[in-house]
Amino acid sequence: MGRSLVSGNEAIALGALKAGLKFYAGYPITPSSDIAEILAKELPKYGGRFIQMEDEIASMGAIIGASLAGLKTMTATSGPGFSLMLENIGFGIMVEAPCVIVDVQRGGPSTGLPTFPAQGDLIQARWGTHGDHEIIVIYPNSVMECFELTVKAFNLAEVYRTPVVLLSDEIIAHLREIVEFPENVHIVQRRKPEVPPEEFLPYTDRFGDVPPMPDYGSPYRYHTTGLAHDETGFPIHHPEKVEKLLLRITGKITKNRDKIGDIEILYPDAENFVFALGCVSRGAAEVVEYLREKGINIGLIRPRVLFPFPETQIRRVCDNAKRVFVFEMNHGQIIHVIRRVVKTEKIRWFGKSNGEIITPEEMEKVIMEGLNGN
Amino acid sequence: MVTEIARKYLRKDKFPSIWCAGCGHGIILGSLLRSVDRLGLDKNKVVLISGIGCSGRTPGYVDFFTLHTTHGRALTFATGVKIARPELTVIVVMGDGDAAAIGGNHLIHSARRNIDITAIVYNNSIYGMTGGQVSPTTGQGYYATTAPYGQFEYPFDIAQLAIGAGATFVARGSSYHVPMLDNLIKKGIEHKGFALIDVITTCPVNFGRRNKITQDPYENLKFVSNIVVPKSKYDQMGEEERKGKFPMGILKEEIKPELTEVYRQKEEEMGVRYEV
Repeated sequence: MGRSLVSGNEAIALGALKAGLKFYAGYPITPSSDIAEILAKELPKYGGRFIQMEDEIASMGAIIGASLAGLKTMTATSGPGFSLMLENIGFGIMVEAPCVIVDVQRGGPSTGLPTFPAQGDLIQARWGTHGDHEIIVIYPNSVMECFELTVKAFNLAEVYRTPVVLLSDEIIAHLREIVEFPENVHIVQRRKPEVPPEEFLPYTDRFGDVPPMPDYGSPYRYHTTGLAHDETGFPIHHPEKVEKLLLRITGKITKNRDKIGDIEILYPDAENFVFALGCVSRGAAEVVEYLREKGINIGLIRPRVLFPFPETQIRRVCDNAKRVFVFEMNHGQIIHVIRRVVKTEKIRWFGKSNGEIITPEEMEKVIMEGLNGN
Repeated sequence: MVTEIARKYLRKDKFPSIWCAGCGHGIILGSLLRSVDRLGLDKNKVVLISGIGCSGRTPGYVDFFTLHTTHGRALTFATGVKIARPELTVIVVMGDGDAAAIGGNHLIHSARRNIDITAIVYNNSIYGMTGGQVSPTTGQGYYATTAPYGQFEYPFDIAQLAIGAGATFVARGSSYHVPMLDNLIKKGIEHKGFALIDVITTCPVNFGRRNKITQDPYENLKFVSNIVVPKSKYDQMGEEERKGKFPMGILKEEIKPELTEVYRQKEEEMGVRYEV
């Protein structure tokens, strides 16, 4: 499409089409609705199908159904809708159905601030659905990244056979930048079974932690349930078998933490760091450059893949750092995760969730106070 | 004949089932299997989907593609499967709480869309698996663990609800009238569009026992046989006589373009092709 002026939400829709999206189900909610509007128009031209469902619970059910049928699927929503999707996201994790869920964050709780930005869903994205689980959560900060990381979200969903959450926020969603998307991108398809149907076990660990997945309508008939199950797919409650299942579906993500991980670290040898995500990280990068010009030795840590949390990479640069400044648009969420890997006394935190973005000036003030011993 | 069908379609190593002795669910499953057999469907091309509850365990016993989903949401998963692969026969089984309480929204919207799904409701007016709580189809005055003084509220008529929501095939059967049920399910699967079959059935343990029917399976089936009346007879009855009775048979049958067919036609008009 050449160089053009594109918004974050448009880039997500275009990235999904590029990645091979074939089925979208969603329910309108600000500030995500334009993703659905674009796909309603464009998806049929790419050989796919769109449906507007009766609510977000239904949207999540429909994309898992279509995923089991063999398609690459996606939905997009915002906070309130994301809350409604959580039960079925857990189902998707349990039955290992690849799919992508876009959550364009807005102010909360409840209806909150529908047209204002926030980062209030960071922990909900990680821990929202009940029970022990791992989930991949991605968070771009530019229009180009919205495109690239949407493709990555689909690829990770297919490789690890799991729902992937793509976070965005109201600012990244409606930010417009001039971009030229690549024509050729690396696309991954899920692994299909190669054994004869009579030897097929839908949840086997014979081929690694991710079992090959047949399409509905193929000769590989199998049973799928949200109940704890063994490699045959049928319910069990034997403690050893339950343990084996949970360790496999969490292990397939934790064991591949580094392969899945994607983090931007500016000036990794710096003495001090700023940690920021999404819209906040844009201002943070500016502050880092500005302060460095003033002679302050500071770098930036910005995970593009937020979960599994990039513990090793963050430890590597922060172990010898003096101060780590964490900025987030909420009353303190990702800070709890960072405290596990960075010594509390090094951390200075600043957040707000009143609908206003954290400005570079605010960040500079917090940083200067922190560096001056406060 | 029965054993032949059992051999062909059941996952025998999954038996005995979790259903209590005397439960009506197995009777409905029998009807479902005979219908699929009479239609000569390829097992690889049938997807049987359920929600949560006693009815939800049906798919586990049957050798199709089977999907046991979340409570009330079976129709949403079925919608995704059907739009993705319209060539598959998609059958959904639900309980009354599953279909009309937690899943009520999905029921009316699936009916409105006229998507080619056959939805069978195992309607025993009680939450059986969770131990006998009141359901949206429990009649006024009937007892449940959460209606210890008798149900105060009015019940849903699931068949009328589906008719009102635009379902193009709506029937009611019972687990007492088995040959008729075989026929209704077969017709529902054959119907191109959303088909709902409301099957009045029994829960001897949690409904019968609490409602002076006793826990005896036959007494419960007799109770069912007394509350359903063939539609032709029901139509002749007066208002007073109809109280507490349900018409049985095909209640609505309408030919109307089906959703995935409309997708296909629109795609053809647009000059695009849906490719899996």
